[in-house]
Amino acid sequence: MLTLTQELYDAIVAHARRDHPDEACGIIAGPVGSDRAERIVPMLNAERSPTFYRFDSMEQLRVWREMDERDEEPVVVYHSHTATEAYPSRTDVGLAQEPGAHYVLVSTREPDQTEFRSFRILDGEVSEEPIEISG
Amino acid sequence: MAIEARIPTILRSYTGGEKAVSGNGDTLGELFSDLDSRHEGLRGRLVGEDGSLNRFVNVYLNDEDVRFLGGIETPMSDGDVVTILPAVAGG
Repeated sequence: MLTLTQELYDAIVAHARRDHPDEACGIIAGPVGSDRAERIVPMLNAERSPTFYRFDSMEQLRVWREMDERDEEPVVVYHSHTATEAYPSRTDVGLAQEPGAHYVLVSTREPDQTEFRSFRILDGEVSEEPIEISG
Repeated sequence: MAIEARIPTILRSYTGGEKAVSGNGDTLGELFSDLDSRHEGLRGRLVGEDGSLNRFVNVYLNDEDVRFLGGIETPMSDGDVVTILPAVAGG
């Protein structure tokens, strides 16, 4: 299960809406081993594409170093789909390389309604998990 | 002196859980071969069959992405730090 505050949930949705029709992406960092999503870091989509995303490599180095210094890890990796459902694509599954992360998918295909789902992706296997919104 | 390589979580199964290992080489390719001699299988996760860097792995020499240096041929010196991060990407 993924537990998120309403504030972080809203921040992901706002980022996805802001970058639509391109895919938006980012992480929520939290203390190593805690599974607590605490600090959102919206990332650039270096591909600036409606069908693909990739973190900018230099920004990723800076953000990953910062997490190291703070003893954090990426608890959530999120990205949006702008024309399809909020479910990991074959590409998403093939490229998932953070075994400990919750993969959050947001779909902005409907202008007035946002799909928001969370998954684990491990060795090519996708499993959906419930999301609990706290305080 | 040697070169320090920082290993991401997903590849630590090759390093016995170590976050950083050290090795030698005049180029990035040589460093990966040297590391592979003690951490078998690691090189195969970083380099494709054609000998070039795996497209979905980011490798940095100190503060630079090696794609903007010389890729797998990037020259290395004692004391350098190589950081490996899995690319975060999808569709």
